[in-house]
Amino acid sequence: MKERFLKWFYGESDPMEHILDCAEVPDESREEWKYEEHEIEREISRRVHTQSVIRAERRGFYAFYLIIAVISCLMLIGVLLFTVSQLPRYGVENPRAKEVVERYVEKGLEETGAVNIVSGMILDYRAFDTLGESHVLFTALLCVMILLRLDEKNKRTRYENYYTVLADPYYDISTDPIMRIAATITLPSIFLFGIYILLNGQISPGGGFSGGAVMGAALIIYAAAFGFTVTDRVFTYRMSRCITFLSLAFYSFAKGYVFFTGANGIPNGVPKGTPGAIFSGGLILPLDIAVGMVVACTMFGFYSLFRRGSIGGE
Amino acid sequence: MQFVVNFPLFTIVLSLFSGALCFMLPGKAARRYTMCYEAFLTVLCLWILQYTYLNGAFTYVMGEFPAPWGNEIRAGVLEATMALIFMIIMLTAVFCGYRFIEKDLDLSKENLYYALLNLMTAALLSMIWTNDLFTGYVFLEILTLTSCGLLIVREIGRTTLAAIRYMILNLLGSGLFLLGVVLLYDLSGHLLMVPIQNAIRELAADPNTFPVLTISTAILTIGLSIKSGLFPFHFWMPDTYGWATPTSAAIMSSLVSKAYIFLLIKIYWRVIGIDIVERMPIRNILLVLGIAGMVIGSVQALHADNINRMAAFSSAANIGYIFMGIGIGGVAGYTAAIFHIFAHAVTKAMLFLTTPRLAEVSGDSLLFKELQGSGLRDRDAGVFFTISAFSMIGIPIFAGFAAKLQFGLAAVEDGAGWRLILVFLALAVSSMLNALYFVRTIIRIYSRPNESTRMEVRPHHRAGYNVPMLVLTVMNLFLGLFSWVTVDLIHRGLMMFS
Repeated sequence: MKERFLKWFYGESDPMEHILDCAEVPDESREEWKYEEHEIEREISRRVHTQSVIRAERRGFYAFYLIIAVISCLMLIGVLLFTVSQLPRYGVENPRAKEVVERYVEKGLEETGAVNIVSGMILDYRAFDTLGESHVLFTALLCVMILLRLDEKNKRTRYENYYTVLADPYYDISTDPIMRIAATITLPSIFLFGIYILLNGQISPGGGFSGGAVMGAALIIYAAAFGFTVTDRVFTYRMSRCITFLSLAFYSFAKGYVFFTGANGIPNGVPKGTPGAIFSGGLILPLDIAVGMVVACTMFGFYSLFRRGSIGGE
Repeated sequence: MQFVVNFPLFTIVLSLFSGALCFMLPGKAARRYTMCYEAFLTVLCLWILQYTYLNGAFTYVMGEFPAPWGNEIRAGVLEATMALIFMIIMLTAVFCGYRFIEKDLDLSKENLYYALLNLMTAALLSMIWTNDLFTGYVFLEILTLTSCGLLIVREIGRTTLAAIRYMILNLLGSGLFLLGVVLLYDLSGHLLMVPIQNAIRELAADPNTFPVLTISTAILTIGLSIKSGLFPFHFWMPDTYGWATPTSAAIMSSLVSKAYIFLLIKIYWRVIGIDIVERMPIRNILLVLGIAGMVIGSVQALHADNINRMAAFSSAANIGYIFMGIGIGGVAGYTAAIFHIFAHAVTKAMLFLTTPRLAEVSGDSLLFKELQGSGLRDRDAGVFFTISAFSMIGIPIFAGFAAKLQFGLAAVEDGAGWRLILVFLALAVSSMLNALYFVRTIIRIYSRPNESTRMEVRPHHRAGYNVPMLVLTVMNLFLGLFSWVTVDLIHRGLMMFS
């Protein structure tokens, strides 16, 4: 007993290693991948074997875990179904729920100047939520860049055949004539459609997020069909950064200005325009353009990061 | 209306803008900018605190549309205190940790780190100021994503694995939270906190809808307790805090998990109504789970062979303390819980910022057997580690003691019964376990190593490290010695809630 305590005290062992499963992530950091090509297979099979041995040892625990997981899922499903069955029917038995919606529907056009009530709602009534939402995408872009942008640390730890795969013409679809011709025919209309959705957010269904996604998809098809060398001439890393920064900064400050003036009772001086015209809905159009730019850059950035580990030509 | 009431808006919008700006700046400039900006935010928060202390809470309409239609934010004494303490900890974490950030990160990604940090600041502040459930959800998502980003930025395999685990559990939590918000929206037809509460006051009187209300509250609670790491869901903590770069570990354990708990408290007080929550069985379940977390977290901390994992399990135990406070209930229970949020935030940030220094003079190893004598090799870090360890154990004059005292007082105020006995037993057992593993660590870092290997001393960068650490120490002592000031602030803030 004393011996065990002393061992624990000096940090040489832990007294409870067999008592509690502390669920530590096994130490298999990627830096350990210093093996030659022929050794990789053997190393992988060794690790798979170790894992299976551990699994065999803990079979009872895994079975218990599985049963508990299934039971708790079933319980959650049951509770949620019960809750849904108990809920009042929306808008019928629950007149209170109409208060907010009625104002959006009846006065939305007059107060926001947008024919599309959804746009008026997300960019005017509840613009603060949307301000956060557009930064969610930006945050995701930052995380993907951290993970996938090639740097000294990444390059050292990538599998060696990474670059050979990239150089292999078999994986490069940009030489495929069907792809090229199809892209040549469809791309202009996809781009135009994206711009249309983007600019008509205040009049018809659409807006920044959807229009930006279509434009991003068009950029992705363009890069896939003609290779990154073509897109890099126009769409550089620097440019993508500038567009993202300017759009987000414009968004933050425009909305900050509207919040500030609104809360202080100062007229904000943004013209509402004629409902139904392209210049209507006050700030909705410029905000849609800003969001669309960010979304398009982010979509293309994701594709580019996954394909080759950088956003554009440096 | 004075100009100060605009400050909460400025803190959020400027933080979002700073995130985008740091994306453009080169790494070093981003770091300097972030430091100056955090200092500026601290001043703003202090100003808001002063204003709310004198004039009471205020709501701020985001745009032209008032309460049930547009978004709103709100600032009271409690929110302002929370924001102030969070910003001070953020600032010290950046000041003490930037050397490690430079070491752990690829230089080309340093600006991304600071961009994420600024976005996280925006999310933390929005979750503190928000007066709208759905705004809470949006910024909770940003907080989850930025935490993952701050974790994986140290590109070693372990952080990636830990981030995947963290992500899965947190998304589960977010999903449950969203379900809860949807159910409440369906019941009340509103998303802003005050209109929901008005609707719920009527619904709770109806015995048919009360079970649905309980289930919605329970789902919200489960979601947020998964995200903050209450007992059965705490096992992501050691890998997350143990391998992240020190600034991230300090911020995530001190601020991020606390922000979720603060949102939960805000929901209990401002959305559901505290008297209705106390009628639900949730309170007793949280008490039991909190106590289980306190004991089991401490036992697992005993079992850790690595100082950061020990600190992480101790975080799990401390989240248990906070939920125990919520479980005790009443104004006193919530005061104790919020006081412990402050005490633990200050202490744990200090702990996570000293351990890497100790490891640095021990051949970059966090294992106890390598750490022998590290407090002698790096005297500053050793002293600050000891202070934070004392505070964690709950030795008088430090913040941890005042927090435990508050829990005891709250339990007494709650009245005699099984809850009182349980809380006192848990406090005793958990304090003893805390003492066991922290005293052991202190003895370890101050005993002379057997062979005189790795005896390098680290004299450089002393002022840049010691000044922020002294600020944390002063805060710790202030919370410990003048706890009545903070308790009074919390009490005023809670009274403003309802």
